[in-house]
Amino acid sequence: MRQCSYACSSVEHRISRRSLLAGLAGGAAGAMGLSGFAHPAVAEQLKAAAKRVLVVFLAGGSSQLETWDPKPGTDTGGPTLAIPTSVSGVHIAELLPYTARQMHRLAIVRSINTKEDDHGKGHYMMETGRRQEPGMSYPTIGSVAAKFLASEAESLPGYVHVTPGGSSFGTTDSAFLGPKFASVTLGDGVLPTTAARPESLTESADRMRNEMRRRADHRFQQRRRTAETEAYSQSYEQAAELIAKREVFDVTKESPRDLERYGTHDFGRHMLLARRLLERGITAVKVSHSNYDTHNENFDFHIEQLGEFDRPFATMIEDLAERGMLDSTLVVVMAEFGRTPRINHLLGRDHWSAAWSVCLAGCGIQGGAVIGKTNPNGTAVADRQVGAGHLFHTYFRALGLDPTKKYVVAGQPIPMADPQADAIQELLA
Amino acid sequence: MVSNLPTPVVADPAQTRQVKELKHARPLFACRFDPAGRFAVAGAQGNDVARWEIASDKKTDLVGHQSWVRAMTFSPRGERLVTGDYAGRVTCWSYADDAPRPVWTAEAHRGWVRAASASPDGELVATAGNDDLVRLRTIEHGTPVREFVGHDCHVYNTLFDPTGAYLVSADLKGRIKHWEVATGRLVRDLNAAELHKYDGGFRADIGGARGMAFSPDGRYLACSGITEVTNAFAGVGQPLVVLIDWYTGQRKQLLKPKDAFQGVAWGIAFHPNGFLVGVGGGGGGGILWFWNPEHVQSFHSVKLPQTAYDIALHPSGLELATAHYDGSLRIHAMTPKA
Repeated sequence: MRQCSYACSSVEHRISRRSLLAGLAGGAAGAMGLSGFAHPAVAEQLKAAAKRVLVVFLAGGSSQLETWDPKPGTDTGGPTLAIPTSVSGVHIAELLPYTARQMHRLAIVRSINTKEDDHGKGHYMMETGRRQEPGMSYPTIGSVAAKFLASEAESLPGYVHVTPGGSSFGTTDSAFLGPKFASVTLGDGVLPTTAARPESLTESADRMRNEMRRRADHRFQQRRRTAETEAYSQSYEQAAELIAKREVFDVTKESPRDLERYGTHDFGRHMLLARRLLERGITAVKVSHSNYDTHNENFDFHIEQLGEFDRPFATMIEDLAERGMLDSTLVVVMAEFGRTPRINHLLGRDHWSAAWSVCLAGCGIQGGAVIGKTNPNGTAVADRQVGAGHLFHTYFRALGLDPTKKYVVAGQPIPMADPQADAIQELLA
Repeated sequence: MVSNLPTPVVADPAQTRQVKELKHARPLFACRFDPAGRFAVAGAQGNDVARWEIASDKKTDLVGHQSWVRAMTFSPRGERLVTGDYAGRVTCWSYADDAPRPVWTAEAHRGWVRAASASPDGELVATAGNDDLVRLRTIEHGTPVREFVGHDCHVYNTLFDPTGAYLVSADLKGRIKHWEVATGRLVRDLNAAELHKYDGGFRADIGGARGMAFSPDGRYLACSGITEVTNAFAGVGQPLVVLIDWYTGQRKQLLKPKDAFQGVAWGIAFHPNGFLVGVGGGGGGGILWFWNPEHVQSFHSVKLPQTAYDIALHPSGLELATAHYDGSLRIHAMTPKA
C-alpha cells in the first residue's frame, strides 16, 4: 500500500501555513527542513499571499496565426488579417477585436518552442513547466498557487477548474503537493446536482453524519494513512465545503449587466464565474475553452471559437483592472501547442509546437510587451526562443515565489521549476 | 438520303478525362468559365485571381484583392467578372482586356464574402457573407441596391434563379431563404438541414451549402456540402447534395456517392442534358461524381489527383474545370479521345 510521499508526512504538512509564516517571523525557519523557505522575508511571503492565478486554456491547441501572431499576405497566413491594438505598433489577429483594445494590459510571448506536439504531453508541459518523466509527476501552476498563495483561513478549494466537460473531485494535478491542492473540476461551471443536501436529511443530522465520518476516518488513518485515504478524506471535506458555500459558485447571482457583458454562451458564463471565484478568495482558477484542434476548416472554427473567447476575455481583463485586482492576479492564456503555419488540404492546421504564442497579464507582467518573434511566415522562432520552463519561472517570479527553491518530497529536494530555464525578465516589472 | 451533317458531340460522363492542367502558385479555391468559353478564371488561397486563355494557356493574374477569393460570377453580358474576397471586398473586372483592371471595388461585407451571383440580365450582382447578409449591387457601377436581412449565421451561398426574379441564399445551418429581388421580400424558407451539424464534442458548427446550382429549367435547386459528421475537426463526414423541387419547396432527392467517401461536396453543377456533376475533397482526396436526379447514388465517378474545392461547366457543355489544393486548374473533357 502506497504511503504518503508528500506533504502529509512532512514537516510542512503538520504545521499550518499561518504558523509557518509565524515561525519564520519568530526565527523558527531552521526547524522547517525545507530549504525552499529558508529565510524569506515575511513581508514578501505575506505579500505573495494576496496573489491569485487565472489560466485560460484553449483546449486542442489554438492557432497562433489566428490569435497572437498573424501573418497576413503570406503563404501561411491564410485569410486572417491583422488589426492594430491599443499599443502602437502591436497587431494581433482580426478575430480578437475586443482583446486588441486591452493590449496595453497584456503581454505576448511569440517565440515559444516546446518541441511537443502531443495533446496530453503538451498540456502537462505547459501546466507544469516540465516534460513528462517516468515515475515523477509535477504539480500544475494552479496547484502550486493553491499551495503557496491560498489563505489558511479560506476553507474553499484553492484551485477550481471550470470546464465544458464533467465535474470531478480528486484530480491528481497537485502531484506531491497533496490532494488538498488538487483542482476541483466544475463541469459547465456548476456544482454536481448531488451536491445539494436531500430534503429528508436535516442540517443537524448531516452534521452528525460528517462528524462520525471524520472520527472514523481519523481512527483508521492513525494506523493506515496512505495517499489513497488522504485523497479520499480530502475529497469529502472539499465536497462538504462546496455544499456549504454553494452560492459562491452560482454565476446567476451576478448582475444581469455582467451576464450580458460576458455573454450567455458557455465560455462567457464560465469566465464570469471565474471572476466571481477570484473575487471571493479562490486562489487559482482555470477556465478551459473547447475546442481548437482544427485539423479541418481551421478558419471557420477559429472564427466561431474566438468569437466566443474574445469578448469575455477582454471583459475579464478590464474588470480585473477596474477592481484593482490585475496587479495581483496572474492571467495566462495558453494551449498545449500552436498550429502549423502550413494549411492542409482540409483547410486545417495541424499540431505545432516549434513556434507559437502565449498571452499573459497581471502581477506586474509588462503590459503591451511583445517578447520574441517568429520568421515572416511563422515557420520558426527568429528571436528569443523560450520554452515551458521559462514560462514557469516567469509565473513564479510574477507571483512572488522563488522558482530556484526546492520542495522536499519524502526527504528528496526537488526544484520548484526546471533548473535548466529561467524567467523571461523582459516580462517582469 | 444520307446526311452529311456532322454528328453532334454529346457529353458523356463515362468518357470524362483530364485534358489540361493549368498551374497557379497558390491553392485554388474557386473556378468559372466566362460566358464565351474563352477564359477560365480561378480564385486562390492568396490575393490574386488567375485568368487563363484556354486556347493558348496564357495566364494573367488579376491583382487587387486583399485576401482569399472564393466568390466569383460572370455577368452574361458586358464582359464583366465580379469577385469577392475574405477581407469583405468585392471587385468588378473588365476581365477580357489584355490587362484586366478593376472597374469598381466595394467594401461589401464585414468579414468573408463567400459567394457571388450575377443576375441573368447582367444588371445586378448578389453577394453573401459572414455578416449574415446578402447584398445586391448594380454590376455597372457597384451601386448598392438592397440588402436581404434574415439569416442569423454566416451565409455560405447565394444564387439568382434562372428567371432573375428571385434570389436564394443558404447559411451555415442549412437554412435556405427565397427572396423576391424587386422588393426584398422573403417569399419562403426552405431547408437543407442535412448539411449542418453541431459537433457537441468539439463544440462547433460545421455545415453550409458549399455549392449551389439551379437546373437550367429552374425546376430544381441543388445544394451541396457535408453530412453525417462524426468529427468536425477531422473532417469526418460524407458528401451530400440536397436536391429541392423549387416549385413545391419539397425535398426531391438526397444525392450521395455510390462509393464511400469521407469529405465535402464542395461544388455542384447541372448539365443541360439533365445530369448533375459534383466535385469533392477530403480525407479521400479529390473526386468527381455524376448523378441522375432520379437516383440517390451517383452513376459514375472519376478520381482526381488532389482535393478539389470547386467545379465549373464550360458553356459548350463538353468540358469541366476543377480547382485544386495543389494549385492546379484541371480541365476535363466529357468526350471520347479523338
